[in-house]
Amino acid sequence: MVGTTTRRANTRVSSAERKEWLLFALLVGPNLFLFSVFTYWPLLYNGYLSMVRWDFLGPKVWVGLDNFTHLFTQGDFSFVLWNTFVFTVSAVGLICGLGLAVALLLNRSLLWRDGVRAVVFSPVMLSGAAMGIVWLFILDPRYGLLDILLNYVGLESPNWFLDTRWAMAGVIVVHVWKNLGYAVVIILAGLQAIPRELYEAALVDGAGAWGRFRAVTLPGLSPIFFFLFITTMLASFQSFDIIHVMTEGGPVNATTTLIYNLYDEAFKATRAGRAAVSAVVLFLGMFAITLVQMRFSERRVHYA
Amino acid sequence: MENTAKLTQHSPKHSWQSRTAWRKENAAQFVAPISWVGQRRSRVADGLGYAGMLIVLLMIGLPVYWMTTGAFKFDNEIYQLPPTWWPQQPTLQNFADAWTSVPFGNFYINTIVTTFFGSGFEIFFGVTSAYAFVFLRFPKRDWVFLILLAALMIPNQVTVLPNYLTVARVLGWANTYQGIVLPGASVAYGTFLLRQYYMSLPQEIFDAAKVDGADHLRTMWSVVIPLAKPATISFGLLSIVSKWNDYLWPLIITNREEWYVLPIGIRWLTVQEGYISWGPVMAGTVLVVLPVLVIFLYAQKYIVEGIAAGAVKG
Repeated sequence: MVGTTTRRANTRVSSAERKEWLLFALLVGPNLFLFSVFTYWPLLYNGYLSMVRWDFLGPKVWVGLDNFTHLFTQGDFSFVLWNTFVFTVSAVGLICGLGLAVALLLNRSLLWRDGVRAVVFSPVMLSGAAMGIVWLFILDPRYGLLDILLNYVGLESPNWFLDTRWAMAGVIVVHVWKNLGYAVVIILAGLQAIPRELYEAALVDGAGAWGRFRAVTLPGLSPIFFFLFITTMLASFQSFDIIHVMTEGGPVNATTTLIYNLYDEAFKATRAGRAAVSAVVLFLGMFAITLVQMRFSERRVHYA
Repeated sequence: MENTAKLTQHSPKHSWQSRTAWRKENAAQFVAPISWVGQRRSRVADGLGYAGMLIVLLMIGLPVYWMTTGAFKFDNEIYQLPPTWWPQQPTLQNFADAWTSVPFGNFYINTIVTTFFGSGFEIFFGVTSAYAFVFLRFPKRDWVFLILLAALMIPNQVTVLPNYLTVARVLGWANTYQGIVLPGASVAYGTFLLRQYYMSLPQEIFDAAKVDGADHLRTMWSVVIPLAKPATISFGLLSIVSKWNDYLWPLIITNREEWYVLPIGIRWLTVQEGYISWGPVMAGTVLVVLPVLVIFLYAQKYIVEGIAAGAVKG
């Protein structure tokens, strides 16, 4: 491509090339246009909204950074940030950790392995709203399946979604349950990319199972684990449907994360400015995570 | 298998290789057969493996099983102790109740229409944009590509508030199909994936198509799309599933029940049933997830490959 460009640099652009430009514009244009209207412009406009006070009806009042200083000095918002942190860190840790264990298990050549893999992956495909509701039924403290099973061993189910101490645990469990299969698929793909010779070499060198795991499996998985870590973090950061159907951010804000707070401020409390601040913080957080990813995985991603 | 063949074909020129070979032969006498990841086979390990699989199967599968059986139980059986693991008097009453207590028919039609057009746009834009970025000349083409990719860093969640103002206030499209579909119709990740795939196709085929006098649209339709079929199917299926399950945007842009899509509708049903009448609610969730489960059963390979492609090839 570079050759073509330099060769044509001196001559006038041919009509054939002009035709290609036109076709390019026709093919890419609509896609880019929609992004401009529904992605790039809204990002800028959201930045503007974060600096006004507005109830969606009256005039917008310019308040500069007041929304930011208000939120960051007031307890509620730091609680929202804390919730987001707890949710994201627990979800990412559990998904990656359990995902590794399950992937190692399903990497063994056992009968029915492919069937179990399919079952583990299936929740990833299913509606988060529907699955959240199924889990409401299972966690129901009166006639839920979990309560029945716990009764067999003499325990009582906690009142998951009326108790501020348990509600966050509840939504994390469901989020992890739903997304575990994603991690398993990614880690299995990573395991299969590790050359078999390495295991054989380790084996003849007398390495035990743990030694092989540490010397071969873990280093071999590290690039894919990094990818998994980032994508799981982004997904957890944005998790909304499960929280909305199960707790609506409650009880008493116990499960209000950034994305839920954004929804709540905008569409329940109709405070556009504060909702926009949530969106700005959400965007900056995800932007930072993506930058970290791009910085460390440049060798695997070729943009141009 | 290929790797092993390659390994043994090496002539043991170097001392470490022959030593390795010697140790390998000797090891073979004492060590049980090696599975392909180099694990020793033993009854105990296999037994633990099956026990682990059973636990995983129960943990992940039980909620879906409980949903499905609950959908076919009468209310008194649902609240009965000890619980029944299989519906004693299977009934379709819950499905009828779910269908009449909220407009489930509307939910289905709305979801099918918005998924069809939403994914249709995504696949169309993905294929045409990727083709343009690989096979057409344009000034500063790679810059244009970077601008498109930048959209990946701006998730829908960040833009819902301004988009609500644009779609509901400016365009007046609340409670319409175009209002649900258009903000999510453009595609960056799919363009990226397909572009990677197109770049890996052999150049000769396009030269041949050019010699045959095929123009670009024809080459795209009859050469590139058939060659990239697996990647397109994977991307298309993932797009369909994500549109089907989409929640936040339809929640915001619809506020009349006849315009709800299935995920919003199933929550609406749960609210209507007061979070206690679980039979009809479970029937409703079965109705929501069934089409996706069927797609998954038939096309699991494509979907899993599509997910893994992002990690390994990306």
